[in-house]
Amino acid sequence: MSDFWSWWVIIIVAINIFGCWALLYWTRRIKSQSGLDNETTGHVYDGIEEYNNPLPRWWLNMFYITLVFSIGYLILYPGLGNFAGTLGWTQEKQHSEEVEVASQTYQPLFDKYKNVPIAELAKVKQATEMGKRIFVNTCFGCHGSDARGNPGYPNLTDKDWLWGGSPEQVKHSIVNGRVGVMPPFGASLTAEQIDQLVNYVGKLSGNKVDETKAATGKATFDTQCFACHGADGKGNIALGAPNLTDNIWLYGGSRTSIADTIRNGRTGEMPAHQDILGEAKSHLVSAYVYSLSNE
Amino acid sequence: MSENTSPTYNYRVVRQFSIMTVVWGIVGMLVGCIIAAQLFWPDLTYGIEFLTYGRLRPLHTNAVIFAFGGCALMATSLYVVQRTCQAPLISNGLAAFVFWGWQLVIVLAAVSLPMGWTSGKEYAELEWPIDILIAVVWVAYAILFFGTIMKRKSQHIYVANWFYGAFILTVAILHIVNSAAVPVSMTKSYSAYAGAIDAMVQWWYGHNAVGFFLTAGFLGMMYYFIPKQAERPVYSYRLSIVHFWALIAIYMWAGPHHLHYTALPNWAQSLGMVFSLILLAPSWGGMINGIMTLSGAWHKLRTDPILKFLIVSLSFYGMSTFEGPMMSIKTVNALSHYTDWTIGHVHSGALGWVAFVSIGAMYYLIPKVFGRKNMVNIGLINIHFWISTIGVVLYIAAMWIAGVMQGLMWRAVNEDGTLTYSFVESVQATYPYYAIRLLGGVLFLAGMFIMAYNTYKTIQAGPDADTGKEG
Repeated sequence: MSDFWSWWVIIIVAINIFGCWALLYWTRRIKSQSGLDNETTGHVYDGIEEYNNPLPRWWLNMFYITLVFSIGYLILYPGLGNFAGTLGWTQEKQHSEEVEVASQTYQPLFDKYKNVPIAELAKVKQATEMGKRIFVNTCFGCHGSDARGNPGYPNLTDKDWLWGGSPEQVKHSIVNGRVGVMPPFGASLTAEQIDQLVNYVGKLSGNKVDETKAATGKATFDTQCFACHGADGKGNIALGAPNLTDNIWLYGGSRTSIADTIRNGRTGEMPAHQDILGEAKSHLVSAYVYSLSNE
Repeated sequence: MSENTSPTYNYRVVRQFSIMTVVWGIVGMLVGCIIAAQLFWPDLTYGIEFLTYGRLRPLHTNAVIFAFGGCALMATSLYVVQRTCQAPLISNGLAAFVFWGWQLVIVLAAVSLPMGWTSGKEYAELEWPIDILIAVVWVAYAILFFGTIMKRKSQHIYVANWFYGAFILTVAILHIVNSAAVPVSMTKSYSAYAGAIDAMVQWWYGHNAVGFFLTAGFLGMMYYFIPKQAERPVYSYRLSIVHFWALIAIYMWAGPHHLHYTALPNWAQSLGMVFSLILLAPSWGGMINGIMTLSGAWHKLRTDPILKFLIVSLSFYGMSTFEGPMMSIKTVNALSHYTDWTIGHVHSGALGWVAFVSIGAMYYLIPKVFGRKNMVNIGLINIHFWISTIGVVLYIAAMWIAGVMQGLMWRAVNEDGTLTYSFVESVQATYPYYAIRLLGGVLFLAGMFIMAYNTYKTIQAGPDADTGKEG
């Protein structure tokens, strides 16, 4: 704020506060004409008259108190333009101080578990509870408060893992994030080929399909899909390519959904939580997630 | 004296606005009940886009503030200005334009908001073509009001007219400044301001809409109808001077308290809080002046349900103008902000103060402008009073409890510093209070239906035999 605007603010604030004072001073001194109680001002409007009773003492004092308070407050805290206030308070400072206090209080609790291996930690009740609390406030938006996922966001309570379910793999997913891409085949495959593939993929998971279409579909699968999903369709955790034989479907298992996935492709992103949660909290969330399928 | 001149007064526009006050009151509060019910039964309107909460909520706020409140203010101000200046409105044509123009604005709002055409600014959602219409109608209203003041036969201007005048003038400025926008189509525009400045302009408008539309305007109403109904002189002329000037000067500063702990600079937040605290005394000045006007006539409160409405409205006014400064204190605001406490606070003002004083004034005014001394059924006014009072109390108590509970749940932490509750748990905990709030709202709405019935019967009954004798 330039000096001009700073002084602008200061002067108008002063006019308002001292203006109130002047107004009270002036109205208190208005003399009633005869000095008698319960006399009216003499004006009559549509039959309404006005007394001119003095300002109630308690009300006047309340007014003064708020004026005095405001002057005191504006000396201590920012308010008068560029004058920062004698306490040096800002909301940014208040925030960082509170964060500082919180991390000093709570960090030891988190640090306690930082070096305990995840598989062990998953058996410690306090640790998984701490991990769960972080999970329900950080991860619920995609994976749900119960960690059972949503279409496009994996269920974390089953034993099916896109990127691997070992403690290290789980933690890697949380800390560094993952991006899984299924490329679109709508341009390179005909609608008929896609339909055949849908039948084959359905068959892999043991669903009832058109056997002839599935057989032709297998040929396409073996040239187009095997590189990521494997010749047996069991997927590849190095790429986050899902296992297609377990009848668990990240983007839906209906024929339409599968055809849509093949035609248009899919992109799934788990954001990196390194900066959001930090090492110690990520470790605890890992333990909680690991515990969900390793009880 | 005024009996002789009264036939020349324009009561037609007052009658029109009075009836529409009752009609829009029912519409606005009905929409309020629907959205309150949607919070309890989220699938109530089957996901029909025009009836979703996000579209009906601005319809509710616009309807109760600008349609119900606006019609009440226009009805009473145009009546009071004529009576207290002993001068008829300067132009009956202009009066008709103000009435029909304002009704058109309301109808356009009722269509455009469910369509989803919104500028996204709270209490100023209407898109730019309607904003221009509002500005035109408002200027016409100002000319009508101030023109009549200038033609007055009395030397001085009565205090009610100071408040009405401040309300009319300031709302014009607020509306025009805050609605400044760049249009991109007939139904879409972008604010002329950006970022934190846009937020500040919006809440400068937003809080002064409370201060000048919902406070100053209705104080004008109070200053006429309470002394009239109580048949007592106003308590203190000098108190009315001091609280008028202090109120209109200080209200202008209070907006930033809506933006505590945001991107708004620290100094602006502090000033918002400091001036909100100073505002307590000027606000209470109006309450004292109204309630103390009854001294020497307290017994009337027992038998006169119109006086009950008027005096209880001042009690709610005093309560919510104490609550407001308290909520503007940063540490209190850190708890109350974004919770239903705010909703409770608004409704203790909007139902308890604005609606009560309007209803009381209408029960006085409607028979007068239809040539009668009283409403046909005083007993029904009494029933209306009690049913509304119970409704308001249920409403605000439910929202207080819900709001404080939400604030505490959101900040509760476990021994490891993690949040104790997920957000959805606080929603679940609020559920019973949504039911109580809905009940309170339905009771209040029921009262409005009683009022509509009583109004209909009163108009149907026609003028008293000795019509025109009442001043």
